[in-house]
Amino acid sequence: MGCGRTGAAIAASLDQDGHSVTVLDLNAGQFRRLPDSFGGRMAVGNGMDAEVLERAGAREADAFVAVTQGDNRNYFASQLAREIFGVKNVVCRTKDPERGEIFGHLGLQTYSPTSAGAEAILAMLPNSGPA
Amino acid sequence: MYVIIAGGGKVGYYLGRELLSGDHEMLVIERSASRAAEINDLLEGTVQQGDACEASVLDGAGIARADLVAAVTGDDEDNLVVCEIARYRGVPRVLARVNNPTNALLFQKRGIETTVSATEAILSQIEQELPVTSMVPVMQLHQGLELVEVRLSETSPVVGRTPREVLLPPESLIALIVDSGGVPRVPGADTTLTVGDALVVVTRAESKGMLQEALIGGAHGFDT
Repeated sequence: MGCGRTGAAIAASLDQDGHSVTVLDLNAGQFRRLPDSFGGRMAVGNGMDAEVLERAGAREADAFVAVTQGDNRNYFASQLAREIFGVKNVVCRTKDPERGEIFGHLGLQTYSPTSAGAEAILAMLPNSGPA
Repeated sequence: MYVIIAGGGKVGYYLGRELLSGDHEMLVIERSASRAAEINDLLEGTVQQGDACEASVLDGAGIARADLVAAVTGDDEDNLVVCEIARYRGVPRVLARVNNPTNALLFQKRGIETTVSATEAILSQIEQELPVTSMVPVMQLHQGLELVEVRLSETSPVVGRTPREVLLPPESLIALIVDSGGVPRVPGADTTLTVGDALVVVTRAESKGMLQEALIGGAHGFDT
């Protein structure tokens, strides 16, 4: 859910590895980010709508990844996938690390690009430890 | 009681005003700075500008000692997140406004039982105004018995039959038939049920579903 740079990259990679992938985005224009070789499905719709998720095949899905720009939208859709459609493996991108930590206690796998980015940048700065 | 309201739109504002006049301690958290300033004056300085979906904002608002958190923004995903964080912080009661009625199921699955949906509330009022296809409660009788009125439409499975041929749930009985002209009749062996008849039926509360199916058929009212 969410065909931005991250979503498109994940979808393309899974597709290339032979998995069956559906990419969901509100805006069909976002699918331009997918490579020409992409063999999966592209569905236009709001992932926070249970009907849209069902049509996208959520009931049969082994994994669900929410990578829209909105932490709360990602959370809402992730819980729909988990609670309503029983998807086992759900990953919810959460930019706000505080919120992400709480979401992690509520049944989701979360990933915070903010924390990960800060750590990566700190690691590139020599002598970034205690002065 | 200390109540935190997430969202200072129309619902949050009026809710806050009612709570203030009821002598509750109350705080409204509103994301938009201009809206927060606007209602802060009207709500005696009880409005804080901030994003209630951020745990640190809720912590700063004293969520640890809140008795109730009401999430009433116009976005269901925001309301869900506020309720989840509040519960995670140990707030005893959380309440959510649900803008899209189909989302109520997810709130329930997440253990947030109290949801309020204006759409649902209006819909149930509309259903009560539809006598053609619905069963209208008339009065409560003794020992769990109730009097209801059912108006027969073209799709009713009992049209054309006599009252005796109708299979009713246990302890249910057609007491009176008022035809479309307003003439009351006691049901007899030669009475034929016709479209437009209003049947006054004695039944039990737990049998109303079965009664509805017997007299009206499967689908009724609005299917939400």
